[in-house]
Amino acid sequence: MTRLRTWLRAFGQFWWDFFVGDTPELFVATVALIAVTAVLVHAHAARSVATVLLPLLVIGALLWSVRKSWPKR
Amino acid sequence: MIATAVSSGVVVLVGAVFLACAVEMVEALTIVVAVGHTRGWRWALEGTLVALLALGALVGVFGPALIHVPLSWLRLGVGGVLLIFGLQWLRKAVLRASGLKAKHDEDAIYASLVTELTSTPSVAKRDQVAFMMAFKGVFLEGLEVVVTVLTLGTSAHQLFLASAVATGTVALVAIIGVLVAKQLSSVPENAMKTTVGVMLISYGTFWVGEGLGIHWPGSDGFLALLVALYGVGTFLVVLVTRRAAALVVAP
Repeated sequence: MTRLRTWLRAFGQFWWDFFVGDTPELFVATVALIAVTAVLVHAHAARSVATVLLPLLVIGALLWSVRKSWPKR
Repeated sequence: MIATAVSSGVVVLVGAVFLACAVEMVEALTIVVAVGHTRGWRWALEGTLVALLALGALVGVFGPALIHVPLSWLRLGVGGVLLIFGLQWLRKAVLRASGLKAKHDEDAIYASLVTELTSTPSVAKRDQVAFMMAFKGVFLEGLEVVVTVLTLGTSAHQLFLASAVATGTVALVAIIGVLVAKQLSSVPENAMKTTVGVMLISYGTFWVGEGLGIHWPGSDGFLALLVALYGVGTFLVVLVTRRAAALVVAP
């Protein structure tokens, strides 16, 4: 049982590191931008807004993550 | 019009799989060559072969299984994974292009691996250290390729094409590696990584949108526009980041 738990924990840790790793902000940003787009698409009037907004949010997520590594002044 | 739309989707898919595969295999080749030169080619090739079989099994098992997932959910999930992956690739590439992160130096990695391997004695008949290092190197680098092939291939209904391009690229890098008999340090890795990152987030955006019910103007042809938009966007992020780094160095 303990061995199984250890194996499951290691398995989960491996995939967490693989998909999230040291950039959790990119994971959070991706989930957030999908959620925002889903809300806009659900409100049919805002569907065209979502078409334009989604790529801009992706660039914003990249800038946010890169900005975290900018040297402090 | 239809031919142009179809070809732009296929071109982005083939380009993304080829470049992702080439970059990861160059990194894997560095590890395999280091193991082969220091501990013997038998263990290096055995570890490589077992890793390739494991990766092939992953594609064989999960590829057909993913086809049974409802298309909108598949595209949403695949798009999310591609966005995370692509943004991770682009983030590293932007930081390297801006001088905030050291460039991937295959020569330095090779030297460090050789030092590590020569300092570990081999007492057993079977060289487990060499086998495991070759296996882990190929499996971990290859896993990113497998995820890219599975996600792009299944959502675009082009799993066979994506697998064929990946297999061909692996063979090509392996042949070049054998011919030059050393790690491939002169490959413009950062430029390739940037291109892959742009292609992955383009496909990721496209599939997320399709999964949520967005009908992109021009259908698949919109992918080309996304690639261009993200190319310009990434260039601007690099410029802004370089400027921020320069301001700190010379206030």
